[in-house]
Amino acid sequence: MKQKSIFVISAIVLLLVFAAGILFYTGQQEKAANLLAETHRAALMRMHSPTAGNAEAPVVIVEFLDPACETCRAFYPRVKQLMSDNPDKIRIVLRYAPLHTGSDKVVAMLEAAHRQGKFWIALETLLANQAGWVQHHTANPEAAWQLLGGIGLNMEQMDKDMNSPETASVIAQDVADAKTLNVTMTPEFFVNGKPLPDFGFNQLKTLVDRAMADSRAR
Amino acid sequence: MTRTTPIGWTLVFSAWLIATVSTLGALFLGEVMGYTPCILCWYQRIAMFPLVLVLAAGLFPFDARVVRYALPLALTGLGLALFHLALTAGWIPESLKPCQQGVPCSSIPVVWFGFVTIPLLSVLSFLLIAGLLLITHLKDYK
Repeated sequence: MKQKSIFVISAIVLLLVFAAGILFYTGQQEKAANLLAETHRAALMRMHSPTAGNAEAPVVIVEFLDPACETCRAFYPRVKQLMSDNPDKIRIVLRYAPLHTGSDKVVAMLEAAHRQGKFWIALETLLANQAGWVQHHTANPEAAWQLLGGIGLNMEQMDKDMNSPETASVIAQDVADAKTLNVTMTPEFFVNGKPLPDFGFNQLKTLVDRAMADSRAR
Repeated sequence: MTRTTPIGWTLVFSAWLIATVSTLGALFLGEVMGYTPCILCWYQRIAMFPLVLVLAAGLFPFDARVVRYALPLALTGLGLALFHLALTAGWIPESLKPCQQGVPCSSIPVVWFGFVTIPLLSVLSFLLIAGLLLITHLKDYK
C-alpha cells in the first residue's frame, strides 16, 4: 500500500538522520574534548592534588570527583581494583569537583584531611557511608563531619584548615580547572591527558589498557 | 473509497512528520547534546511526544476524527510554547517566571542564525500541527 510505504520510509529516514546526527555530533565532541585537554595540559594536574600509586607509573588517571556523587562512589572500588590489577602501572590524581549542593564544605574537609596525610582514608570513609550524609543529592556537611570524627584526625586542626585561605584557593583552582576542561559531570576521567570518549567503566579500562600498551611500545 | 490518497491523510501525515521531527530534535538536544530541559520544556514535551503516536494511529486506517484527540495536545503545547517564547524574549516580567530551581526557563542555550531559539521552534511546530489539524477538520465537514 502506497500510504504505508510513504509512512514507513519517512520513519526510517528520520531515524537514520537521527542516528547519523548522533554519530557525527559525538565524533565532533570527542575531537573537541581531546583538543581541549591537549591545549590545557597545565589545568589537568596541579602540585597540590592528592595522588596515589607509583609516582613513576606510565599511566596517570586524573579523576574529577565529587564525594557526594553516587556514580563516583560506585566507580571508586572499580578504579581501585583496576590499579591493584596493574601494580605500579597506574597513578591516580584526584581533583575536586563539588557539583552537589553542600559538597563544597565536604571537599574542604577532604582537603584539610589531606594536610594531615589522611586524604584517602577520609575519602574512603565518606564514600563508604555516603548514604549517611547525602540525601536527595544534597550533602549534609554536619553528618560528614561526624563521620570524619571517627578516623583519628586532629579535628581542631581540621576545623582550622578547612576554613583556611589555602584550602579555599586549592578548591577554587580545581573548580576553575574543571571549568577550563569542560568537566560538567562527575566522575570525569583523563587517562594520560585523554578524556573518556564516552562515559563508562569499560571505556576507562580500554583507555588505560591502550595507554599501557603505548608505554610498553615506547 | 478512491484509491488516491485523500487530502486529509496528507495533512495528518504532514502534522505527524512535524511532530516526529520535533520529538527527535528535542531528544537530540536533551540526550545527545546534553541540554537539561527546563520545566516548561518538559510540559511542551508532554504535549509533543504523544502526537507522534496519536497521529500515526489516525493514519492507518485514516480517521479524520484523530483531530479530536490530537488538537487539544497541539493547542496546549502551543499555549505553553508561546508563554515560553514570551519569557525568553523578555515580554513577561521577572516576577511571572515559574521556575526557581534547576534550569531557568528564561535561559537561552541555543541561538541559530541570530534569532532561532528552541521556544521559537516549538511555537512553529505546534502552530503548524494545530493549523494542519484544523484544516483537516474543516475539510472533513465540507
